Amino acid sequence: MNAPHDVDFGTPRVGPGDTVMLEIDGLPVSVPVGTSLLRAAAEAGVMIPKLCATDFLKPFGSCRLCLVEIEGRKGYPSSCTTPVEAGMKVRTQSPQLAKLRRNVMELYISDHPLDCLTCAANGNCELQTMAGVVGLREVRYGKGEPTPGENHFSDVVKDESNPYFSYDPGKCIVCNLCVRACEEQQGTFALTIAGRGFGSRVTAGQGESFLASDCVSCGACVQVCPTATLMEKSIIDKGQAERSVTTTCAYCGVGCGLRAELKGNEVVRMVPWKDGRANEGHACVKGRFAWGYATHPDRITKPMIRAKISDPWREVSWDEALSHAAAEFRRIQQQHGRNSIGGIVSSRCTNEEDYLVQKLVRTAFGNNNVDTCARVCHSPTGYGLKQTLGESAGTQTFKSVEMADVIVVIGANPSDAHPVFASRLKRRLREGARLIVIDPRAIDLVSSPHVRAEYHLQLRPGTNVAVLTALAHVIVTEGQVDQPFVAERCEAKAFADWREFVARPANSPEALAAASGVLATELRAAARLYATGGNAAIYYGLGVTEHSQGSTAVIAIANLAMATGNVGREGVGVNPLRGQNNVQGSCDMGSFPHELPGYRHVSDTPTRESFEREWGVSIQAEPGLRIPNMFDAALDGSFLGLYCQGEDPAQSDPNTHHVVAALSAMECVVVQDLFLNETAKYAHVFLPGASFLEKDGTFTNAERRISRVRRVMPPLSGKADWEVTMALANALGYAMHYEHPSQIMDEIARLTPTFAGVSYDKLERVGSLQWPCNDAAPEGTPTMHVDSFVRGKGRFLITQYVPTDEKVTRRFPLLLTTGRVLSQYNVGAQTRRTANTDFYGADLLEIHPHDAEERGIRDGDRVGIESRAGTTTLPATLTERVQPGVVYTTFHFPESGANVITTDNSDWATNCPEYKVTAVQVSRLVGA
Amino acid sequence: MKPDTLIRMANQIGAFFEAMPDREQAVMDIASHLRRTWDPRMRTQLMDTLGGPDEAKLKAVVRDAVKALGQSGAVP
Repeated sequence: MNAPHDVDFGTPRVGPGDTVMLEIDGLPVSVPVGTSLLRAAAEAGVMIPKLCATDFLKPFGSCRLCLVEIEGRKGYPSSCTTPVEAGMKVRTQSPQLAKLRRNVMELYISDHPLDCLTCAANGNCELQTMAGVVGLREVRYGKGEPTPGENHFSDVVKDESNPYFSYDPGKCIVCNLCVRACEEQQGTFALTIAGRGFGSRVTAGQGESFLASDCVSCGACVQVCPTATLMEKSIIDKGQAERSVTTTCAYCGVGCGLRAELKGNEVVRMVPWKDGRANEGHACVKGRFAWGYATHPDRITKPMIRAKISDPWREVSWDEALSHAAAEFRRIQQQHGRNSIGGIVSSRCTNEEDYLVQKLVRTAFGNNNVDTCARVCHSPTGYGLKQTLGESAGTQTFKSVEMADVIVVIGANPSDAHPVFASRLKRRLREGARLIVIDPRAIDLVSSPHVRAEYHLQLRPGTNVAVLTALAHVIVTEGQVDQPFVAERCEAKAFADWREFVARPANSPEALAAASGVLATELRAAARLYATGGNAAIYYGLGVTEHSQGSTAVIAIANLAMATGNVGREGVGVNPLRGQNNVQGSCDMGSFPHELPGYRHVSDTPTRESFEREWGVSIQAEPGLRIPNMFDAALDGSFLGLYCQGEDPAQSDPNTHHVVAALSAMECVVVQDLFLNETAKYAHVFLPGASFLEKDGTFTNAERRISRVRRVMPPLSGKADWEVTMALANALGYAMHYEHPSQIMDEIARLTPTFAGVSYDKLERVGSLQWPCNDAAPEGTPTMHVDSFVRGKGRFLITQYVPTDEKVTRRFPLLLTTGRVLSQYNVGAQTRRTANTDFYGADLLEIHPHDAEERGIRDGDRVGIESRAGTTTLPATLTERVQPGVVYTTFHFPESGANVITTDNSDWATNCPEYKVTAVQVSRLVGA
Repeated sequence: MKPDTLIRMANQIGAFFEAMPDREQAVMDIASHLRRTWDPRMRTQLMDTLGGPDEAKLKAVVRDAVKALGQSGAVP
């Protein structure tokens, strides 16, 4: 339910638009046309009693508490379902209304347990509150007469199957809020009301337990429940919160606003923040519930050092650990040169922390050997969008999807990896938008309740560029280019070259069908829909970027958007769905070895000089090493020291054998993390990290939205990550001093034109800001490239399809591709340490029944997977989600070693690894 | 770093730019990409392949770009 201090206006906001004047309890009220009386009253400060209404959901008119009287009209209409009209005179209180409400409440309470003092909702129960509001003083009915409150479900067993919340049908008032939240807000349709009359009750699926049903544990039903029927187990266990802190989720790139509810310094509940613009009051199973890792016993809270990676760890003071790390880094540089060490920035850390690490590398280390884990996910997005549109970022807000008529999802699985955005997207699809999915695997969006893709182009892994170029071929050759847009907004010669290229017969759907496996007729129809179906928006993910042609595919997407005029307004655009919470931010903060903050090349003298003046050092004008280059250089002996903050390349990077060999070859590896991760096995210094709950800062999500991260509890180790980096810089002899991350943001704003207008004060005032935020756009920029592209004219680039070197052979006849599941997150360091393992406790290999049969593999068999890079084993699951010839797995569990088998093949422009295409053989293990 | 790794990476870059209609521009774009995104030690090692047995492994357009890299001021 809503927290006590949240105002619930009862029905969703309407407008903006024309307004009407009316009178409520004698007060003049002006609201947009279409507003409900319930909301109009609430906005005027008149709170009409209600039980089945919330401003998250459409009005339902079931509880009969929000009745009002309207002058000149008969009866007592429910205010939630009655829209305002000009001149209405409304009364919300009268003796007759009071009597009606008391009678309604009496009926509710007659079938509700009267255990309020021991109920988990006590102190935050809307039913209890409403009983008080309407002045209920007696209950004359009930099954247990003359003892009311003996509920007819009192003998029904509670459903405790979900690890995070319980379902007690005995407390249900059948208000339908949970059912509606599951439908309207989440879009899963897992809940319904079963039975009739007194037998009515909420049920998950076909009477299954919540855990066994289609429920995705987003928590929306729990959030709206006005009683303790659906209740967080943490609240049942610990009681209601005493205070709350608003912050930003540290999981995926949606960047949901959350409110951490606390008793003292202990989080007892995490709820979506109603005013968070990225999520608008919704959350998923990770952000809503999977925060327990922050206080997991595995947390390392003391610094540790060791001379050799074969030695045991020794706990030391912060001073000793930092002095040791600094001395080792300096020793290596003296022996092997200034460029022999570097750092890795984390996309999970805050902007301020990312900024400080790159600053440390460029100042205290004196080189540009800094890179971010975005290298291995969305670096092609940065390159491709910069080259074509002029800025390394997505073009829209998430809310923009509400204006889209055609939605293309390519190489992304939003309902698993970006679930809160997926809920918005599915809502738009239910309203009639049309969907094209381009993916080797039948993701949930292809066919799920109330959602069906009109076209699913089920391409072979590694052929994105072929399909995207063929789509362009159809658009050009069938005359569907938006000529006025292209003429006005794009470079003429580049467009002419591109048009001539894509129009070639070799780029037709028919010519490329053999490579891609996509039927030409389907592809042509999809292209026509994209080009002519109205506002068309493309959403893409790592299935686009993590390829040898990842950057080419991003360019091809931008080409399509420009050619059809689908850039520069709401409902359209190019939308990279970022994997981690601060991928966008870490890239913005100059974490790449060739770019200073704001995507400005290190060779740009005026930019470099501005940083040199601020930092008081000379900055190298040459690019440094990327992460894969660092590992290659380690093996040839020219890179021997690494400061790795919040990242686990030994598990997350491809070709584990290669990464481990490189880490083992280094002389000083400093790992800063929450846990002793896989990389820490090869570390010499371990510096305890701080979770997002333990520090202040900002994250920037996939829509360029900068949101505050606020300290919820003190750092378990005593230091936030930015303080550790600062201390390391000082130990290295480079003076850094900040009292608070707000000062770091002030420095970022001074040096970075796109952040010039960002400050903590402004973020407090407006909630969040989408960059660019500066004098030209003081309140930020929701939609980019509105009147012109950031680079001036949009630039088409030729996208020749080049097959990957990772080819199938007789020895490796299948293509492995990878992805995520809803309940786990990346390498699982966080989610594996929560009850999310109840939903997904091990990685599985999806294999088509035909391929399984050929190999004698049955569902559940343990199978061996061999690639050119290595071998591993996984349990097999047979499914037609994957096509014959393709197998699929997740990479959440280190023991499954998914990256032991991925190769070091990478994107041509950025070295982003080609995780999505690995030629493998799969075989049933003997004895399995 | 292993020369074969660098040659493979350079040829991948070449495969993108050689599709452009203007070969001279493609050569300069390849060289510029190498200059702007590769660490100097990687560029040096790549340039060291010229004149040696590995030079033949470079695509022609890449070979010309690497030669341009070696000429002072030729690549912005």
